Amino acid sequence: MDYIWQIMPSLLSGVKMTLSIFLLTLIGSIPLGIIVGLGRSSRFKPLRDILGIYVWIMRGTPLLLQLIVVFYGLPVVGIVFQRYNAALFAFILNYTAYFAEIFRGGLQSIDRGQYESARVLRLSYGQTIRKIVLPQVTKIVLPSIGNEVINLVKDSSLVYVIGLGDLLRAGNVATARDVTLVPLALVAIIYLLLTAVLTFAQRRIENHFSYFK
Amino acid sequence: MLELKNVSKQFNHRQILNKMNLTVNDGDAIAIVGPSGAGKTTLLRCISGLEKIDSGEITMDGEPFDPYTNRDNDRVIGVVFQDFQLFPNLSVMENITLAPTLVLKQSAAEANQAARQLLDQLALSGKEDIYPYQLSGGQKQRVALARALAMNPKILCYDEPTSALDPDLRHEVEKIILKLKKAGMTQLVVTHDLEFAEHIADKIKHVEAL
Ligand SMILES: Nc1ncnc2c1ncn2[C@@H]1O[C@H](COP(=O)(O)OP(=O)(O)OP(=O)(O)O)[C@@H](O)[C@H]1O
Ligand SMILES: [Mg+2]
Repeated sequence: MDYIWQIMPSLLSGVKMTLSIFLLTLIGSIPLGIIVGLGRSSRFKPLRDILGIYVWIMRGTPLLLQLIVVFYGLPVVGIVFQRYNAALFAFILNYTAYFAEIFRGGLQSIDRGQYESARVLRLSYGQTIRKIVLPQVTKIVLPSIGNEVINLVKDSSLVYVIGLGDLLRAGNVATARDVTLVPLALVAIIYLLLTAVLTFAQRRIENHFSYFK
Repeated sequence: MLELKNVSKQFNHRQILNKMNLTVNDGDAIAIVGPSGAGKTTLLRCISGLEKIDSGEITMDGEPFDPYTNRDNDRVIGVVFQDFQLFPNLSVMENITLAPTLVLKQSAAEANQAARQLLDQLALSGKEDIYPYQLSGGQKQRVALARALAMNPKILCYDEPTSALDPDLRHEVEKIILKLKKAGMTQLVVTHDLEFAEHIADKIKHVEAL
Protein backbone atom coordinates (compact mmCIF):
# COMPACT_ATOMS: atom_id res chain seq x y z
CA MET A 1 0.00 0.00 0.00
CA ASP A 2 2.81 2.34 0.92
CA TYR A 3 4.40 1.59 -2.40
CA ILE A 4 1.22 2.60 -4.20
CA TRP A 5 1.17 5.98 -2.47
CA GLN A 6 4.81 6.36 -3.27
CA ILE A 7 4.37 6.00 -7.02
CA MET A 8 0.98 7.72 -7.22
CA PRO A 9 2.35 11.25 -7.71
CA SER A 10 4.34 10.25 -10.77
CA LEU A 11 1.40 8.30 -12.17
CA LEU A 12 -0.91 11.24 -11.60
CA SER A 13 1.41 13.61 -13.36
CA GLY A 14 1.32 11.10 -16.22
CA VAL A 15 -2.48 11.21 -16.07
CA LYS A 16 -2.25 14.96 -16.38
CA MET A 17 -0.29 14.67 -19.59
CA THR A 18 -2.62 11.98 -20.93
CA LEU A 19 -5.71 14.04 -20.16
CA SER A 20 -4.31 17.26 -21.52
CA ILE A 21 -3.40 15.63 -24.84
CA PHE A 22 -6.80 13.95 -24.83
CA LEU A 23 -8.86 17.06 -24.12
CA LEU A 24 -6.99 19.46 -26.38
CA THR A 25 -7.07 16.95 -29.22
CA LEU A 26 -10.82 16.66 -28.86
CA ILE A 27 -11.33 20.40 -28.67
CA GLY A 28 -9.29 20.84 -31.82
CA SER A 29 -10.29 17.88 -33.90
CA ILE A 30 -14.05 17.74 -33.44
CA PRO A 31 -14.77 21.21 -34.88
CA LEU A 32 -12.13 20.67 -37.56
CA GLY A 33 -13.62 17.26 -38.29
CA ILE A 34 -17.02 18.89 -38.86
CA ILE A 35 -15.49 21.42 -41.23
CA VAL A 36 -13.49 18.82 -43.15
CA GLY A 37 -16.56 16.55 -43.20
CA LEU A 38 -18.59 19.38 -44.75
CA GLY A 39 -15.77 19.96 -47.23
CA ARG A 40 -15.71 16.26 -48.09
CA SER A 41 -19.43 16.49 -48.91
CA SER A 42 -19.00 19.69 -50.89
CA ARG A 43 -20.09 20.02 -54.50
CA PHE A 44 -16.66 21.41 -55.37
CA LYS A 45 -14.71 18.39 -56.59
CA PRO A 46 -11.13 19.70 -56.17
CA LEU A 47 -11.84 20.41 -52.51
CA ARG A 48 -13.37 16.96 -52.05
CA ASP A 49 -10.34 15.36 -53.69
CA ILE A 50 -7.73 17.28 -51.71
CA LEU A 51 -9.47 16.49 -48.44
CA GLY A 52 -9.83 12.90 -49.61
CA ILE A 53 -6.05 12.63 -50.01
CA TYR A 54 -5.52 14.16 -46.59
CA VAL A 55 -7.91 11.67 -45.00
CA TRP A 56 -6.30 8.80 -46.88
CA ILE A 57 -2.82 9.73 -45.62
CA MET A 58 -3.95 10.24 -42.04
CA ARG A 59 -5.90 7.00 -41.87
CA GLY A 60 -3.53 5.05 -44.05
CA THR A 61 -0.37 5.53 -41.99
CA PRO A 62 0.23 4.73 -38.33
CA LEU A 63 -0.29 7.54 -35.87
CA LEU A 64 3.06 6.57 -34.37
CA LEU A 65 4.74 7.30 -37.69
CA GLN A 66 2.93 10.63 -37.95
CA LEU A 67 4.17 11.61 -34.50
CA ILE A 68 7.73 10.75 -35.44
CA VAL A 69 7.49 12.64 -38.72
CA VAL A 70 6.11 15.76 -37.04
CA PHE A 71 8.70 15.82 -34.27
CA TYR A 72 11.82 14.40 -35.94
CA GLY A 73 11.02 14.88 -39.63
CA LEU A 74 9.62 18.37 -39.98
CA PRO A 75 12.67 20.08 -38.45
CA VAL A 76 14.57 18.90 -41.52
CA VAL A 77 12.43 21.27 -43.60
CA GLY A 78 12.72 23.99 -40.99
CA ILE A 79 9.48 23.43 -39.07
CA VAL A 80 10.35 22.89 -35.44
CA PHE A 81 7.77 22.03 -32.80
CA GLN A 82 8.26 21.63 -29.10
CA ARG A 83 7.56 18.08 -27.96
CA TYR A 84 4.15 18.81 -26.54
CA ASN A 85 3.04 20.93 -29.51
CA ALA A 86 4.30 18.31 -31.91
CA ALA A 87 2.18 15.70 -30.16
CA LEU A 88 -0.90 17.92 -30.24
CA PHE A 89 -0.36 18.83 -33.87
CA ALA A 90 -0.04 15.20 -34.93
CA PHE A 91 -2.99 14.06 -32.83
CA ILE A 92 -5.30 16.81 -34.04
CA LEU A 93 -4.31 16.20 -37.65
CA ASN A 94 -4.91 12.49 -37.26
CA TYR A 95 -8.15 12.60 -35.31
CA THR A 96 -9.61 15.33 -37.53
CA ALA A 97 -9.40 12.84 -40.39
CA TYR A 98 -11.24 10.14 -38.48
CA PHE A 99 -13.89 12.54 -37.23
CA ALA A 100 -14.27 14.01 -40.72
CA GLU A 101 -15.08 10.58 -42.12
CA ILE A 102 -17.63 10.01 -39.39
CA PHE A 103 -19.25 13.38 -40.01
CA ARG A 104 -19.20 12.85 -43.77
CA GLY A 105 -21.15 9.64 -43.30
CA GLY A 106 -23.57 11.40 -40.99
CA LEU A 107 -24.03 14.28 -43.42
CA GLN A 108 -24.74 11.88 -46.27
CA SER A 109 -27.51 10.24 -44.32
CA ILE A 110 -29.48 13.49 -44.12
CA ASP A 111 -32.26 13.56 -46.71
CA ARG A 112 -31.77 16.09 -49.49
CA GLY A 113 -35.36 17.12 -48.81
CA GLN A 114 -34.26 18.60 -45.49
CA TYR A 115 -32.00 21.05 -47.33
CA GLU A 116 -34.76 21.76 -49.83
CA SER A 117 -37.39 22.50 -47.22
CA ALA A 118 -34.89 24.77 -45.46
CA ARG A 119 -34.22 26.45 -48.77
CA VAL A 120 -37.86 27.19 -49.56
CA LEU A 121 -38.15 28.58 -46.04
CA ARG A 122 -35.31 30.93 -46.98
CA LEU A 123 -32.86 29.71 -44.39
CA SER A 124 -29.24 30.46 -45.25
CA TYR A 125 -26.71 27.64 -45.66
CA GLY A 126 -25.23 28.41 -42.26
CA GLN A 127 -28.64 28.43 -40.56
CA THR A 128 -29.55 25.18 -42.27
CA ILE A 129 -26.36 23.49 -41.11
CA ARG A 130 -26.57 24.82 -37.55
CA LYS A 131 -30.26 24.40 -36.84
CA ILE A 132 -31.28 21.45 -38.98
CA VAL A 133 -28.34 19.39 -40.18
CA LEU A 134 -25.86 19.33 -37.31
CA PRO A 135 -28.36 18.34 -34.60
CA GLN A 136 -29.48 15.40 -36.73
CA VAL A 137 -25.94 14.46 -37.70
CA THR A 138 -24.82 14.66 -34.08
CA LYS A 139 -27.41 12.15 -33.03
CA ILE A 140 -26.40 9.80 -35.83
CA VAL A 141 -22.65 10.00 -35.26
CA LEU A 142 -22.58 9.90 -31.46
CA PRO A 143 -21.92 6.15 -31.16
CA SER A 144 -19.01 6.28 -33.63
CA ILE A 145 -17.61 9.44 -32.07
CA GLY A 146 -17.74 7.72 -28.69
CA ASN A 147 -15.65 4.88 -30.06
CA GLU A 148 -13.01 7.22 -31.38
CA VAL A 149 -12.92 9.17 -28.16
CA ILE A 150 -12.15 6.03 -26.20
CA ASN A 151 -9.51 5.10 -28.75
CA LEU A 152 -7.99 8.51 -28.25
CA VAL A 153 -7.51 7.97 -24.53
CA LYS A 154 -5.47 4.89 -25.28
CA ASP A 155 -3.72 6.32 -28.36
CA SER A 156 -2.45 9.20 -26.26
CA SER A 157 0.04 6.72 -24.80
CA LEU A 158 1.94 6.93 -28.10
CA VAL A 159 3.40 10.28 -27.11
CA TYR A 160 6.14 8.40 -25.23
CA VAL A 161 7.89 8.02 -28.59
CA ILE A 162 8.79 11.70 -28.66
CA GLY A 163 9.78 11.72 -25.03
CA LEU A 164 6.64 13.00 -23.32
CA GLY A 165 5.77 11.58 -19.93
CA ASP A 166 2.24 10.26 -20.04
CA LEU A 167 0.48 7.76 -17.81
CA LEU A 168 1.76 4.60 -19.48
CA ARG A 169 5.32 5.88 -19.51
CA ALA A 170 5.14 6.76 -15.83
CA GLY A 171 4.02 3.21 -15.12
CA ASN A 172 6.73 1.76 -17.33
CA VAL A 173 9.45 3.77 -15.64
CA ALA A 174 8.33 2.65 -12.17
CA THR A 175 8.06 -0.99 -13.27
CA ALA A 176 11.55 -1.01 -14.73
CA ARG A 177 13.04 0.77 -11.74
CA ASP A 178 11.34 -1.17 -8.93
CA VAL A 179 11.04 -4.52 -10.71
CA THR A 180 7.33 -4.98 -9.93
CA LEU A 181 4.17 -5.17 -12.01
CA VAL A 182 2.16 -3.09 -9.53
CA PRO A 183 2.60 0.18 -11.44
CA LEU A 184 1.35 -1.39 -14.66
CA ALA A 185 -1.67 -2.80 -12.87
CA LEU A 186 -2.40 0.67 -11.55
CA VAL A 187 -1.99 2.12 -15.01
CA ALA A 188 -4.53 -0.36 -16.36
CA ILE A 189 -6.96 0.51 -13.58
CA ILE A 190 -6.62 4.22 -14.27
CA TYR A 191 -7.26 3.70 -18.01
CA LEU A 192 -10.29 1.62 -17.16
CA LEU A 193 -11.60 4.32 -14.85
CA LEU A 194 -11.11 6.95 -17.53
CA THR A 195 -12.96 4.93 -20.14
CA ALA A 196 -15.71 4.14 -17.64
CA VAL A 197 -16.24 7.86 -17.11
CA LEU A 198 -16.26 8.43 -20.87
CA THR A 199 -18.70 5.59 -21.48
CA PHE A 200 -20.99 7.05 -18.87
CA ALA A 201 -20.76 10.50 -20.42
CA GLN A 202 -21.46 9.03 -23.85
CA ARG A 203 -24.62 7.34 -22.52
CA ARG A 204 -25.77 10.61 -21.01
CA ILE A 205 -25.23 12.52 -24.21
CA GLU A 206 -26.95 9.84 -26.29
CA ASN A 207 -29.89 9.96 -23.90
CA HIS A 208 -30.06 13.69 -24.24
CA PHE A 209 -30.54 13.23 -27.99
CA SER A 210 -33.30 10.67 -27.62
CA TYR A 211 -35.98 13.36 -27.63
CA PHE A 212 -36.30 13.07 -31.41
CA LYS A 213 -36.12 10.30 -33.98
CA MET B 1 -50.18 37.10 -60.59
CA LEU B 2 -47.55 34.59 -61.63
CA GLU B 3 -46.91 33.95 -65.29
CA LEU B 4 -44.77 31.33 -66.98
CA LYS B 5 -43.95 31.88 -70.64
CA ASN B 6 -42.21 29.26 -72.75
CA VAL B 7 -40.56 27.69 -69.74
CA SER B 8 -38.33 24.74 -70.65
CA LYS B 9 -36.36 22.34 -68.53
CA GLN B 10 -34.11 19.44 -69.43
CA PHE B 11 -32.48 16.77 -67.35
CA ASN B 12 -29.44 15.14 -68.94
CA HIS B 13 -30.47 16.34 -72.40
CA ARG B 14 -33.96 14.94 -71.93
CA GLN B 15 -36.67 17.55 -72.38
CA ILE B 16 -39.04 17.42 -69.40
CA LEU B 17 -40.84 20.74 -69.78
CA ASN B 18 -41.13 22.17 -73.28
CA LYS B 19 -42.23 25.80 -73.70
CA MET B 20 -44.67 25.56 -70.87
CA ASN B 21 -47.13 28.43 -70.36
CA LEU B 22 -49.13 28.98 -67.22
CA THR B 23 -50.97 31.91 -65.69
CA VAL B 24 -51.75 31.85 -62.00
CA ASN B 25 -54.08 34.64 -60.91
CA ASP B 26 -54.09 35.80 -57.31
CA GLY B 27 -56.45 33.67 -55.28
CA ASP B 28 -56.55 30.89 -57.84
CA ALA B 29 -56.29 27.25 -56.94
CA ILE B 30 -54.77 25.46 -59.87
CA ALA B 31 -54.43 21.70 -60.13
CA ILE B 32 -51.55 20.33 -62.16
CA VAL B 33 -52.36 16.87 -63.48
CA GLY B 34 -50.75 14.42 -65.86
CA PRO B 35 -49.24 10.97 -66.08
CA SER B 36 -46.36 9.82 -63.94
CA GLY B 37 -43.06 11.17 -65.18
CA ALA B 38 -44.71 13.98 -67.13
CA GLY B 39 -42.86 16.64 -65.18
CA LYS B 40 -45.45 17.86 -62.67
CA THR B 41 -43.02 17.81 -59.77
CA THR B 42 -40.37 19.37 -61.98
CA LEU B 43 -42.74 22.22 -62.84
CA LEU B 44 -43.48 22.79 -59.17
CA ARG B 45 -39.77 22.72 -58.33
CA CYS B 46 -39.06 25.31 -61.03
CA ILE B 47 -41.76 27.58 -59.66
CA SER B 48 -40.60 27.20 -56.07
CA GLY B 49 -36.98 27.84 -57.00
CA LEU B 50 -35.60 24.37 -56.34
CA GLU B 51 -34.67 23.91 -60.01
CA LYS B 52 -33.26 26.46 -62.40
CA ILE B 53 -35.18 26.80 -65.66
CA ASP B 54 -33.20 26.40 -68.88
CA SER B 55 -35.13 29.00 -70.86
CA GLY B 56 -38.32 30.95 -70.86
CA GLU B 57 -39.59 33.69 -68.64
CA ILE B 58 -41.32 33.90 -65.31
CA THR B 59 -42.96 37.08 -64.11
CA MET B 60 -44.73 38.03 -60.92
CA ASP B 61 -47.18 40.90 -61.10
CA GLY B 62 -45.68 41.80 -64.45
CA GLU B 63 -42.09 42.01 -63.21
CA PRO B 64 -39.38 39.52 -64.13
CA PHE B 65 -39.10 36.96 -61.37
CA ASP B 66 -36.47 34.27 -60.98
CA PRO B 67 -37.60 31.87 -58.25
CA TYR B 68 -34.18 30.21 -58.26
CA THR B 69 -32.37 33.33 -57.06
CA ASN B 70 -35.25 35.21 -55.44
CA ARG B 71 -34.52 36.13 -51.82
CA ASP B 72 -37.28 38.68 -51.46
CA ASN B 73 -39.26 37.96 -48.30
CA ASP B 74 -42.40 39.53 -49.79
CA ARG B 75 -42.41 36.98 -52.58
CA VAL B 76 -42.03 33.68 -50.83
CA ILE B 77 -43.23 30.59 -52.65
CA GLY B 78 -44.27 28.08 -49.99
CA VAL B 79 -44.03 24.34 -50.52
CA VAL B 80 -45.74 21.41 -48.85
CA PHE B 81 -43.60 18.45 -49.87
CA GLN B 82 -45.01 15.07 -50.72
CA ASP B 83 -43.10 13.57 -47.79
CA PHE B 84 -43.55 16.75 -45.69
CA GLN B 85 -39.87 17.04 -44.74
CA LEU B 86 -40.55 18.34 -41.26
CA PHE B 87 -37.40 18.92 -39.24
CA PRO B 88 -37.28 15.88 -36.92
CA ASN B 89 -35.02 17.57 -34.38
CA LEU B 90 -37.45 20.44 -33.80
CA SER B 91 -40.78 20.43 -32.01
CA VAL B 92 -43.95 21.25 -33.92
CA MET B 93 -43.77 24.81 -32.61
CA GLU B 94 -40.11 25.19 -33.53
CA ASN B 95 -40.71 23.77 -36.99
CA ILE B 96 -43.20 26.55 -37.60
CA THR B 97 -41.41 29.45 -35.94
CA LEU B 98 -37.84 28.72 -37.07
CA ALA B 99 -37.96 30.54 -40.40
CA PRO B 100 -40.18 33.44 -39.28
CA THR B 101 -37.75 34.26 -36.48
CA LEU B 102 -34.52 33.66 -38.41
CA VAL B 103 -35.57 34.97 -41.79
CA LEU B 104 -38.46 37.38 -41.27
CA LYS B 105 -36.87 38.54 -38.00
CA GLN B 106 -40.10 38.21 -36.07
CA SER B 107 -39.77 38.27 -32.31
CA ALA B 108 -40.25 34.94 -30.54
CA ALA B 109 -43.54 36.16 -29.08
CA GLU B 110 -44.82 37.32 -32.43
CA ALA B 111 -43.84 34.09 -34.18
CA ASN B 112 -45.28 31.93 -31.40
CA GLN B 113 -48.58 33.74 -31.48
CA ALA B 114 -48.88 33.44 -35.24
CA ALA B 115 -47.96 29.76 -35.02
CA ARG B 116 -50.60 29.12 -32.33
CA GLN B 117 -53.21 30.68 -34.56
CA LEU B 118 -52.20 28.49 -37.49
CA LEU B 119 -52.19 25.38 -35.31
CA ASP B 120 -55.64 26.30 -34.09
CA GLN B 121 -56.99 26.69 -37.59
CA LEU B 122 -55.50 23.37 -38.62
CA ALA B 123 -56.87 21.48 -35.63
CA LEU B 124 -53.43 20.93 -34.15
CA SER B 125 -53.83 22.70 -30.83
CA GLY B 126 -52.04 20.87 -28.06
CA LYS B 127 -49.38 19.46 -30.39
CA GLU B 128 -47.03 22.44 -29.94
CA ASP B 129 -44.36 20.67 -27.94
CA ILE B 130 -44.26 17.25 -29.48
CA TYR B 131 -41.87 16.07 -32.16
CA PRO B 132 -42.63 15.06 -35.75
CA TYR B 133 -42.15 11.32 -35.11
CA GLN B 134 -45.07 11.52 -32.70
CA LEU B 135 -47.50 12.79 -35.36
CA SER B 136 -49.72 10.89 -37.77
CA GLY B 137 -49.29 11.41 -41.50
CA GLY B 138 -52.18 13.82 -41.74
CA GLN B 139 -50.94 15.80 -38.77
CA LYS B 140 -47.45 15.97 -40.25
CA GLN B 141 -48.91 17.36 -43.43
CA ARG B 142 -50.82 20.04 -41.58
CA VAL B 143 -47.70 21.01 -39.63
CA ALA B 144 -45.85 21.26 -42.95
CA LEU B 145 -48.68 23.45 -44.19
CA ALA B 146 -48.56 25.64 -41.08
CA ARG B 147 -44.80 25.94 -41.47
CA ALA B 148 -45.20 27.12 -45.06
CA LEU B 149 -48.04 29.52 -44.18
CA ALA B 150 -46.04 31.10 -41.37
CA MET B 151 -43.77 32.62 -44.01
CA ASN B 152 -46.74 34.50 -45.53
CA PRO B 153 -46.18 33.02 -48.98
CA LYS B 154 -47.46 34.67 -52.15
CA ILE B 155 -48.16 31.24 -53.55
CA LEU B 156 -48.43 27.87 -51.88
CA CYS B 157 -47.41 24.72 -53.74
CA TYR B 158 -48.38 21.17 -52.84
CA ASP B 159 -46.89 18.05 -54.37
CA GLU B 160 -49.35 15.16 -54.33
CA PRO B 161 -50.99 16.20 -51.05
CA THR B 162 -53.27 13.17 -51.02
CA SER B 163 -50.78 10.47 -51.98
CA ALA B 164 -49.32 9.77 -48.56
CA LEU B 165 -52.67 9.83 -46.76
CA ASP B 166 -55.50 7.45 -46.09
CA PRO B 167 -58.31 7.94 -48.61
CA ASP B 168 -60.68 9.32 -45.98
CA LEU B 169 -58.17 12.07 -45.22
CA ARG B 170 -58.40 13.27 -48.79
CA HIS B 171 -61.59 15.05 -47.92
CA GLU B 172 -59.83 16.89 -45.07
CA VAL B 173 -57.16 18.15 -47.45
CA GLU B 174 -59.87 19.33 -49.82
CA LYS B 175 -61.54 21.27 -47.05
CA ILE B 176 -58.29 22.93 -46.02
CA ILE B 177 -57.41 23.95 -49.56
CA LEU B 178 -60.88 25.39 -50.11
CA LYS B 179 -60.71 27.24 -46.81
CA LEU B 180 -57.37 28.77 -47.74
CA LYS B 181 -58.79 29.70 -51.12
CA LYS B 182 -61.59 31.54 -49.41
CA ALA B 183 -58.99 33.39 -47.37
CA GLY B 184 -57.38 34.51 -50.63
CA MET B 185 -54.38 32.19 -50.80
CA THR B 186 -53.03 31.38 -54.25
CA GLN B 187 -52.42 27.64 -54.54
CA LEU B 188 -50.80 25.23 -56.96
CA VAL B 189 -51.59 21.59 -56.40
CA VAL B 190 -49.89 18.72 -58.20
CA THR B 191 -52.06 15.63 -58.16
CA HIS B 192 -52.93 12.63 -60.27
CA ASP B 193 -56.31 12.35 -58.59
CA LEU B 194 -58.69 13.91 -61.12
CA GLU B 195 -61.70 13.88 -58.86
CA PHE B 196 -59.74 15.66 -56.16
CA ALA B 197 -58.47 18.14 -58.76
CA GLU B 198 -61.99 18.94 -59.88
CA HIS B 199 -63.12 19.53 -56.33
CA ILE B 200 -60.45 22.05 -55.45
CA ALA B 201 -59.38 23.75 -58.64
CA ASP B 202 -60.50 26.82 -60.57
CA LYS B 203 -58.35 25.64 -63.40
CA ILE B 204 -56.73 22.36 -64.29
CA LYS B 205 -53.38 22.37 -66.03
CA HIS B 206 -52.52 19.22 -67.94
CA VAL B 207 -48.86 18.33 -68.20
CA GLU B 208 -48.11 15.79 -70.92
CA ALA B 209 -45.21 13.43 -71.06
CA LEU B 210 -42.85 14.41 -73.88
N1 LIG C 1 -32.97 15.73 -60.72
C1 LIG C 1 -33.29 15.00 -61.80
N2 LIG C 1 -32.32 14.51 -62.60
C2 LIG C 1 -32.61 13.80 -63.70
N3 LIG C 1 -33.87 13.51 -64.09
C3 LIG C 1 -34.87 13.96 -63.34
C4 LIG C 1 -34.64 14.71 -62.16
N4 LIG C 1 -35.85 15.02 -61.60
C5 LIG C 1 -36.76 14.46 -62.40
N5 LIG C 1 -36.20 13.83 -63.45
C6 LIG C 1 -36.91 13.15 -64.53
O1 LIG C 1 -37.84 14.04 -65.06
C7 LIG C 1 -39.04 13.37 -65.40
C8 LIG C 1 -40.22 14.07 -64.75
O2 LIG C 1 -40.14 13.88 -63.34
P1 LIG C 1 -41.19 14.49 -62.35
O3 LIG C 1 -40.81 14.07 -61.00
O4 LIG C 1 -41.35 15.92 -62.62
O5 LIG C 1 -42.51 13.72 -62.81
P2 LIG C 1 -43.95 13.77 -62.16
O6 LIG C 1 -44.87 14.24 -63.22
O7 LIG C 1 -43.93 14.52 -60.90
O8 LIG C 1 -44.21 12.23 -61.92
P3 LIG C 1 -44.98 11.50 -60.70
O9 LIG C 1 -46.43 11.61 -60.98
O10 LIG C 1 -44.49 10.09 -60.79
O11 LIG C 1 -44.55 12.19 -59.44
C9 LIG C 1 -38.87 11.94 -64.94
O12 LIG C 1 -38.58 11.16 -66.08
C10 LIG C 1 -37.68 11.97 -64.03
O13 LIG C 1 -36.96 10.79 -64.12
MG1 LIG D 1 -44.14 14.00 -58.88
